[in-house]
Amino acid sequence: MKAKGNLREYRIIGRKLPSAALKTPPLYEMHIYAPDEVQAKSRFWFFLRQLKRVKKSAGEIVECKVVNERKPLTVKNFGIWLRYDSRSGTHNMYREYRDLTRALAVTQCYRDMGAKHRARPSTIQIMKIKRLPAKECRRPHVTQFHDSKIKFPMVNKATKRLHHPRFTTSRPHTYF
Amino acid sequence: MPYDRLVQVGRVAYVAFGPETGKLCCITNIIDQTRVLVDGPSSHVSRQALNIKSLHLTKYILKFLPGARSKTVKKLWDSHDIKKNGKNPVDFDRYKLVNAKQAFNRIVNHEYNRLKKKNKVQLAKKTKKVKPRKFVAKSQRIANKFKIFAAAPAAGKKK
Repeated sequence: MKAKGNLREYRIIGRKLPSAALKTPPLYEMHIYAPDEVQAKSRFWFFLRQLKRVKKSAGEIVECKVVNERKPLTVKNFGIWLRYDSRSGTHNMYREYRDLTRALAVTQCYRDMGAKHRARPSTIQIMKIKRLPAKECRRPHVTQFHDSKIKFPMVNKATKRLHHPRFTTSRPHTYF
Repeated sequence: MPYDRLVQVGRVAYVAFGPETGKLCCITNIIDQTRVLVDGPSSHVSRQALNIKSLHLTKYILKFLPGARSKTVKKLWDSHDIKKNGKNPVDFDRYKLVNAKQAFNRIVNHEYNRLKKKNKVQLAKKTKKVKPRKFVAKSQRIANKFKIFAAAPAAGKKK
């Protein structure tokens, strides 16, 4: 999978195709985080094949819907359990992120895993994501923001306008 | 200088980059080190997450709890009547200030020039006349220093 842009959460329900032997096959539902519907469906079959004996050619997708965040304008803490392949083995991980929606948190996770562990999106499997209340968070980079009176300065903000002007006699303004 | 403008809940900020450029907004919550949840109901900024780097902090702070609703923010914003300062080029206050400054400078300069003229003669005597130095090639300068002279003066200025 290519984790391009911001990921979206899809709720995908699929089943094996009905046959003479199995008139009403069971439905399987998964929540997949993918950039678009096509990749979501692909990931769905990837996981379903691993877990149940059903292939895309012998199955059908009953529903593939985008799941929107209930409250996208409140800041939340998310715990993500994931599994990824490193260069020498496969490992489980628990990571925490602070974000507005589940999908954004998972996006952050993919970026973070790529940065810190050089893990490519195709090797990452999100096992579980859970919204955590502040007291259940374990990671210091998340708990440090659990302060209602938090404040910090903007320190030495490098200006984006590097070339306007390119040459100048005065230093750029980095304090705002 | 200690930092007096801090990223905090209630801080009014000016959006410098992005789709909401040029508008004022208020920080309602802090997401993480780089992003804040921002709201500007009276300044047409919808509630959204913005990167801190795209904000310029102002000296104004509104007092409310983190994550306050847009309604609360709007009420406080309107009651404090925050508006952009000095953005209008024909702003009367700025005009008055500029005029006052000009008048002051005019008086100062007039007096200074008057005194300068009065002391012009004395000043001329005191000032040392400095002429630009004549360019001499480095080899010649070394030769001059050590009083080394080449066989013929014509060969003096080498290189």
